Order: sequence, then C-alpha cells, then structure tokens
Amino acid sequence: MPGDSLGRISLNFVRASGEIFLLAGRAFLRIFQRPLNLKLISSHLYLDGIKSMPVIFLMSVFTGGVLTLQSFYALQRLGAEIFTGSLVGVSLTKELIPVLAGLMLAGRVSASYSAEIGTMVVTEQVDALFTFGIDPVKYLVTPRVVALLIMAPLLTLFGDFVGILGGKLVAVLVVHQNPNLFESQLFQSLELWDIVSGVIKSVFFGLTVAVVGSHFGLKTEGGARGVGRATTTAVVVASVIILVSDFFWSKVLPFSLR
Amino acid sequence: MIKIRGLHKSFAANPVLRGVDLDILAGQTTTVIGGSGSGKSVLFKHIIGLMKPDAGSVLVDGVNMSALRERELYGVIARFGMVFQGGALFDSMTVGENVAFGVPGRAGMTAAAIQELIDHSLSQVGLSGISQLMPAELSGGMKKRVAIARAIAKRPAILMFDEPTTGLDPIMADVINDLIIKVSADPGITSVVITHNMASAYKISDKIAVLYAGRIIETGSAAEIRATTNGIVRQFIEGRATGPIPTG
Repeated sequence: MPGDSLGRISLNFVRASGEIFLLAGRAFLRIFQRPLNLKLISSHLYLDGIKSMPVIFLMSVFTGGVLTLQSFYALQRLGAEIFTGSLVGVSLTKELIPVLAGLMLAGRVSASYSAEIGTMVVTEQVDALFTFGIDPVKYLVTPRVVALLIMAPLLTLFGDFVGILGGKLVAVLVVHQNPNLFESQLFQSLELWDIVSGVIKSVFFGLTVAVVGSHFGLKTEGGARGVGRATTTAVVVASVIILVSDFFWSKVLPFSLR
Repeated sequence: MIKIRGLHKSFAANPVLRGVDLDILAGQTTTVIGGSGSGKSVLFKHIIGLMKPDAGSVLVDGVNMSALRERELYGVIARFGMVFQGGALFDSMTVGENVAFGVPGRAGMTAAAIQELIDHSLSQVGLSGISQLMPAELSGGMKKRVAIARAIAKRPAILMFDEPTTGLDPIMADVINDLIIKVSADPGITSVVITHNMASAYKISDKIAVLYAGRIIETGSAAEIRATTNGIVRQFIEGRATGPIPTG
C-alpha cells in the first residue's frame, strides 16, 4: 500500500538522519581522544583538500566570470551596471562559492570516502580493524572529519579569491568595464562578514561531506553493487543536505553586522 | 575457554542461530563445520563480539562478550588473532605494515625491532622477503598466509580462522592446514576454525562441532564424527546431494 511505503520511507529517513547525527558526534568527540592519527589526517588534507584545488579553481573562475557577465547586462537594463562589482562580490562570497565548493566536495570527496570505506567493509577490513582493538570511527572517520573541517573553509577562501578574479577579468576584458570601478564597488560594499558567513557555512558543508560519505561507506552491504549504491547515495544525500541547509543558514546568519 | 550458551540471533524475521551451545576448550583446536547458510559466520562474529545476540551468551574466560561496553570490548578483543576468509589485508599498506599493524606496544618499539618481528612472522608462514609488496601483488594463498602472519604477530591467546582454505587449490589448502596445526601447537593458544572443508576439519581439529539450522547437532573428535550415525551429519561429511538435508 502507498501508505506503507510512505511510512517505511519516513522511518528510513528518520533512522538515517539519527545515525548520521550520531556518527558526526562520535567522530567529533574522538578528536579530543589521544592519540590523534596525524599521518592519516595529513594524507587526507593532501588527497581531499590540496588535490581538490584544480576543480575548485575552475568552478570559481567560471562562476565569477558568468555571474559578472549576466549581472552586468541585467543591471545595464536598469542603468545600474556600475554596481556589478558589488553584486558579484557579495553573491560569490556569501552564497555561490561556499555552496558550489560544498557540492564539488560532495561529488569528489564524499564519493571517494563512501567507496573506500565501503570496499573496506565488504572485504572485512573494517572487521579486521575492530579485531586489532581499533575503533573504526576513530581510525576511519575522525581523520576525514578533521581534514575537511580544515580544508573546506580554506578551499572556500581560495574559491572566493579566484571567483572575484574571474569576475574582474570578465568585467575588464569582455564587458569593458573600468577595472578601478569594478574594484572600488566591490570593496565599498563587501563586508568582512560576507566572507566570514560563507566560511561558517563551508565548515558545516565540510563536516556534512565527511560524515555522510563515511556513514554510507560504513553501512555498505552486498559487494561491488553495494559499494556503487553507497557511493551514489552518499553524493545525493550530501548534496541535498548542503542545498537545503544553505537556505536555513542564510536565514539564521544575519545579512550584515553593520 | 570459550563457553557459548543458548545463543539466538535473527535478522528481520529470519532466525539464523536458534540456541547454540558449545564449549571451546583452552589449548585445543575446535572446528565448527556446517553448510552454506547454517550460521557459521554469524556464530563467528558473536564469538569476537562483532554481533550482539538476541538471547544467550558467549563467555570468553568468564567474560560475557555481549555485556561489555565498547571500550571494554576493545580490551578483550586484543587477545584474539583473526584470519578472515579473504585475508582482509589492509590494501593501502604494505605486507610488512599489515603484519606489524596490531602488534601491542608497537609505538615503543624501534624500527629494527618491528622489522625483526615482521621478518620472523613472515618466515613462520614461509613468506620471507615480501614485506615491501602490496596485498594486490599477492596470490590468494599468499594473502591467507600473510593474514596468518598478521594474526600471530600480535601473540594472541585465541586464534580464529574463518574458512581458511576456501578458494585455494588442494595443495595450497593443505599448506594452510599445516600452518594452522603449526601455529596452534603452542599449548597457550586456543584455535577456532570455521569451515565446510571436511579434509581440513579432519586434519587440524581436536574437536569438531557440526552446526545445522542454527544449532550444534553433534560434537566429537575427528574419528567420532567420521563414525557418526546421525543422518544429517553423514550426508554433510560425505558430501551427498541426497539425504535428509534439503538442497532446493
């Protein structure tokens, strides 16, 4: 009956939400339990953070560019094209770069976490960890959470810088705006809080990517097909959480501190 | 000694263990045999505390595994050495790193002492000089032997083998049988083997327990099991398709 499947879906949703929340708490608490595996953390900082820079660069430069292009022509209709720099700066730092960087990490990193941990589950490597007296959450999840709590805000700041640079390039080279006008408008309207509020969101998005990827990896069942299913689910769930929570973050965080 | 009493476990509405009673004596090799789906792996996971029973208990030297909190369980599980069916070697580490992974007190050991331990453990399983290889470069038999080296490197009191000869050719299977006998020869080591390979069970076991439909239906020495008159056990040990065990 449709009612039954709706009930089952609701139950699964509540259960998965609870499990993800609990895993986040367990992984976070283990940050304060010594010893912290610095070797694993630095490996994830490099593999998941530094190696994500090229894709964040491309995403940011083109987002900044296209936003400038579209904003310029839209504002031109109102005779307000001089405000292009203001609009681009605030939109990028507050909203677009944190969310798009979060989605990029969901696609690249959440998928790799769920596939790697899922493969370890189906080949009994996670059970083996347990039999060596090693807590799989502390060994597998905590280093990933720490790495993304550090790298997600740094990648967002990197994306902010590259996005604005891309916007300025298009402003100057494509729509032939005065470079000083773009910059002066940008700095006049951009507040430090715009950047900070984007970074606050990115910390949450980084945590989401790490925990959701690890959760679906640890829950993997049924061999290669199970690993594929876990990977797809992790990417979809992490992306949905990022998009939905972004709205609530935008409601909760004040627009300006002035 | 491991004492299993009235162990029940169901998944959804499907009962897998329906009251398992079994004594695994210290210093002996006990083999649990049974067909696919008989609940061998589920029993195995209960013994090491990876699963909690719906009812019943597993006592390891008097400690009830299911009553332990997570941290206490990690303390008890450190006494076990496990050889998983596929080896379960960590594929991001070299063979040497795998062998040294669970060695207690490793943080306080010098690099030379760790290497000596790795070399000694690998030579015990006849695989000297491969510590720098990655697991992906090993054959199935080599993976099993490295897994045994990794299990014995931590000097466990209880060694557990899950289907140690599955997927191996008969000669390599016998190499693994001999290795199990060799590493279990220490009177301080209790070994538990889960298998459906009767040649292996007869060769390595002090005691064989037959698991069928979620219960232990017979226990005895290899000779006693060979001479059993139980129709279900006879069909299984003779590998016949016809008999009281449904095959559909």
